[in-house]
Amino acid sequence: MRVAYKWLKELVDVSLPPEELAEKMTMAGIAVEKVENLAQSLDRVCVGQITGMEHHPDADKLWICQVDVGTETRQIVTGAQNVQTGDKLPVAMDGAHLPNGVEIKPAKLRGVPSNGMLCSTGELNLDPQDWSERSQNGILILPEDAQVGQPFAEYLGVDEYVLELELYPNRADCLGMINVAREVAAIAGGALHLPAWANGIEPQLPAGEVATKVTIATPALCRRYAAMLIEDVKIGESPLWMKQRLTAAGMRPISNLVDITNYVMLEMGQPLHAFDVAKLAGNQIIVRPAQPGETIVTLDNVTRTLDAEMLVIADQDSPVAIAGVMGGLNSEVTADTRSILIESAHFLGSSVRRTSRKLGLRSEASQRFEKGVNAANLVAVLGRVATLVEQLGIGRAVGPVLDSYPEPLAPVALELHTAKVNALLGLNLKDEQIESTLARLDFAMHWAEAGKLVVQIPPYRADLVVEVDLIEEVARLHGFDKIGTTLPRGVTTLGKRSREQGLKLAAKKSMAASGFTEVINFSFSSPKALERLKLVEEHIWRRQIKVLNPLRDELSVMRTTLLPGLLETAARNVSRRNLDLTLFEQGYVYLPTDPQMLSLPDEIYEIAGLACGTVPKTWNQAQVTQDFFFVKGALQSLFTDLGINNYSFISVKDIPFMHPGRTANIMIRGKVAGFMGELHPEVVEAYALPGNTYVFVLDGPALFAAAEGKVKFSPVPRFPAVTRDIALLVDETVTVEKIYRSIRKVGKELLREVRLFDVYQGQQVPKGKKSLAFTLNYQSGERTLTDEEVTKLHETIKATLDKEFGAELRQ
Amino acid sequence: MEQELAALQLEAEAAIAQITLLEGLNELRVKYLGKKGLLTASLRNMGALSAEERPRVGQIVNTVRDVIESQLAAKEEQLRLAALASRLAQETIDVTLPGRTFIKGNVHPLSQVQEEIEQIFLGMGFTIAEGPEIETDYYNFEALNIPKDHPAREMQDSFYITEEILLRTHTSPVQIRAMEKLVPSLPVKLICPGKVFRKDDDATHSPMFHQVEGLVVDKGISLADLKGILLEFARQMFGPERQIRLRPSFFPFTEPSAEVDVSCMLCGGSGCRICKGSGWIEILGSGMVHPNVLKMGGYDSEELTGFAFGMGVERIAMLKYGIDDMRYLYDNDLRFLKQF
Ligand SMILES: [Zn+2]
Repeated sequence: MRVAYKWLKELVDVSLPPEELAEKMTMAGIAVEKVENLAQSLDRVCVGQITGMEHHPDADKLWICQVDVGTETRQIVTGAQNVQTGDKLPVAMDGAHLPNGVEIKPAKLRGVPSNGMLCSTGELNLDPQDWSERSQNGILILPEDAQVGQPFAEYLGVDEYVLELELYPNRADCLGMINVAREVAAIAGGALHLPAWANGIEPQLPAGEVATKVTIATPALCRRYAAMLIEDVKIGESPLWMKQRLTAAGMRPISNLVDITNYVMLEMGQPLHAFDVAKLAGNQIIVRPAQPGETIVTLDNVTRTLDAEMLVIADQDSPVAIAGVMGGLNSEVTADTRSILIESAHFLGSSVRRTSRKLGLRSEASQRFEKGVNAANLVAVLGRVATLVEQLGIGRAVGPVLDSYPEPLAPVALELHTAKVNALLGLNLKDEQIESTLARLDFAMHWAEAGKLVVQIPPYRADLVVEVDLIEEVARLHGFDKIGTTLPRGVTTLGKRSREQGLKLAAKKSMAASGFTEVINFSFSSPKALERLKLVEEHIWRRQIKVLNPLRDELSVMRTTLLPGLLETAARNVSRRNLDLTLFEQGYVYLPTDPQMLSLPDEIYEIAGLACGTVPKTWNQAQVTQDFFFVKGALQSLFTDLGINNYSFISVKDIPFMHPGRTANIMIRGKVAGFMGELHPEVVEAYALPGNTYVFVLDGPALFAAAEGKVKFSPVPRFPAVTRDIALLVDETVTVEKIYRSIRKVGKELLREVRLFDVYQGQQVPKGKKSLAFTLNYQSGERTLTDEEVTKLHETIKATLDKEFGAELRQ
Repeated sequence: MEQELAALQLEAEAAIAQITLLEGLNELRVKYLGKKGLLTASLRNMGALSAEERPRVGQIVNTVRDVIESQLAAKEEQLRLAALASRLAQETIDVTLPGRTFIKGNVHPLSQVQEEIEQIFLGMGFTIAEGPEIETDYYNFEALNIPKDHPAREMQDSFYITEEILLRTHTSPVQIRAMEKLVPSLPVKLICPGKVFRKDDDATHSPMFHQVEGLVVDKGISLADLKGILLEFARQMFGPERQIRLRPSFFPFTEPSAEVDVSCMLCGGSGCRICKGSGWIEILGSGMVHPNVLKMGGYDSEELTGFAFGMGVERIAMLKYGIDDMRYLYDNDLRFLKQF
């Protein structure tokens, strides 16, 4: 809502300058987004008159003009050919910044000094059609009545400030100047000067022949329908003052009649519509739902097909307007119109909203209906129209006013308890203070008993429904700044994370400590996100939930795994030459529980990561290329940090997007809790990643269920440890995991630690074999081990390995 | 005899002075003080002295030995220090060479800021509640006093899955779910962090973003309590000098409602580019829980009151780090992420 400051001052005494008023309104709940100074770009432009003209001695097409600007006469050189001595015109003086961006400085044109510029409509951002014939090609020639020396903004009537309100949806009342004035009076003080019709006083009209019949077929969608007949209509132009106000409010002047309906809408917030009575078949107004498939050509000359959810105004035969949205061409007011019916109605906001959305038609009127208009005031508004019609000499309003109001709204009264005000706001107001605060809103009220106020809610404040709504009125008018700061008293509460919340956080920190950087991708993705993963048709990841109204196709399905997001993020980074990537993400993925989506989907927490590229060489460290075991090591750290002990990695060959020889399922408590390994080379290529890429995907719930998070102390050994190595040659198919298990089985509790320290295949090792070397650490918690018993145990281990794996022991 | 000893002392002193290597020093020790050394030899001549002279000359011999020994020791220390100094000099490194690189990962700035917000409220006795990101219309709107035809639930603002299921547009539904679970226990004191979704996409809006909302319900909770909690939050988050101010606003689920501004952390309130000259920066929305919402959560709206607030984690992060375009936060460019 654009509120013109001068207009506002006519309705309420305001002493504050625009900026200060805006600040005060904002702090009292009527947010002013900005204050616009309409005259700013016309600063240093004034009305001048040419007192003398001569040809430039060196240029045929230039004129040297003497221009009277009130305080002095300036010499200005112009190239325009449409001016003559005696013309009044806008003169831009040095220092002016014109609306089209031009800055004016003293200059010389072909050696002749020029102190300013004569302006065209274009330079002033004015519509040439609003000005005389002579102004069309060249300088804007002003009418005779222009005052020499008058600031041009004042002449145009744009020496005006506009307060742009950003209204909350509950304050639709402030879409009318009258109610803005009421707010300003309550907030800033100052007497209101409201005309009688603003207070619902209905007009006394001379009786005429009103033959139109109004029928409301759907009272649920149209609470009230009022209409007034205007006869002897003469369509023409509006007076300047009305044009100026409409323009300041952001509306375009059109014709006297349309301008009146818009002007009254700006005053009262009530949209109005005009029908040519002669064009209403059967002289009928019927408010009814459209018949499915029914069509209407709207004022913008577009044929609209309607459905049964849309409300129309129809005559005997067909729709003549879409209720609250737009009129029809068939009942349009034209230059030949003699009798007009002005509609002032209340249509249900949600119905107007649905219709305007469906048709893609939004207007000042539809927006006001959507937010709700004041049904109580419809006839009084028509009275205001009648006054203006007469004042502007457009025609003659005659009665009776047609008014169909099946179920009038009952007046609303709310109780307000002083104790509740104080308890909710943390204040200590007395009855009188509450009364005097609410009195600023000009509400009628009385004390039913001490501490209990009964407040009559005027019909224009439909937002006040329950007691807390009134408490808010007290709070905002009393001032939020006058409310103190305390802390809640009561039982002490402990703030802590749940076990799972703690684990999610611990997982992030663990991954970061292992060198992984967290990314956050959108939870929705492209339906094609899985295309490059070569998934089978029935893969669970393909059960993507669709968004009905996505922002764009790439964000149209809910993710079923974090992996594609990570791959796309990696690809995007690689395309920007960020080649060395270690990324992870934690978050929910979504799987339907029901194909029809009748119930909420499962939301499953996932932890996933990706590593590719290298850790670059430095002066004292060799380059490290990411590999399987880097990622595996990070996951082992993660499991340690989360307190997960019972896990293993088992080779898996059938994940279609993974390298069949370099991928492992991660088993936790005997169940698959995820996988890790090298991405299939074809997938690497499909994402244009720079080389071998390693990924992992973990199931959060499986991890969290297994996370014991318990650290159990075991005593620091007091007796010395004995270290022995074993080097052995086995078939390359024998997994280290199996050898570990064998060693541990024999070593039992005296074997404190086994560590693999070398793996070798190549020269000196027969084909199909690999050489492994382990360090074994023997130690007892109770005594010093003797050489003999260690040797004996060590030999038994060797013998077992020989037996189980045909291991050839090496020295 | 006495003269011989004096000469011997002088000779030894001169020899010690000239030594530059530790080995030479040992040779001298043997030469003068060894079993077959010169001083020992002179002792052997003692027999020729009279009984009266012997103790006196013996004394002199001891003095000369002491002098030579102490000079040898002094010289030895001097040489040791010189050798150490020269070794240390040779071991000098270029301390400006870069240190060993440890591969360090980063937690996303949004996660960091969210954790910081959570930590502040945990410290004030709040617990953390979570709920589904895909929600029912009931929890996302209806239970929050946003009836079917409210403008806030228009298709253009929310992402729908079906007519009844949508991506939550705020974390407020978690407040209702949490109240349903907790009722009738008091106080309710929780925050709800998480992802939310709205149909917006520009430099200051992202179709997915993060919120932290808070809810307190108890007997006697007032707007002054809300101000107290938020002032404490603002000071812990943005510095101990911060002030807050409440501007009346509108949310369907609170009444009264207020936008909360914090005094500008850059200029302290005098006005600058960040606060657009006003000295204040909007950081969150808040209000007293609407009685209808308390009822929906199962609590007695006559007996109890509560407050609620909600903030965008992105906004807080952008203010904290001076990020001017929200899209950086979801672009996941490593050169951006590595800065935090
Ligand atoms: Zn500032």
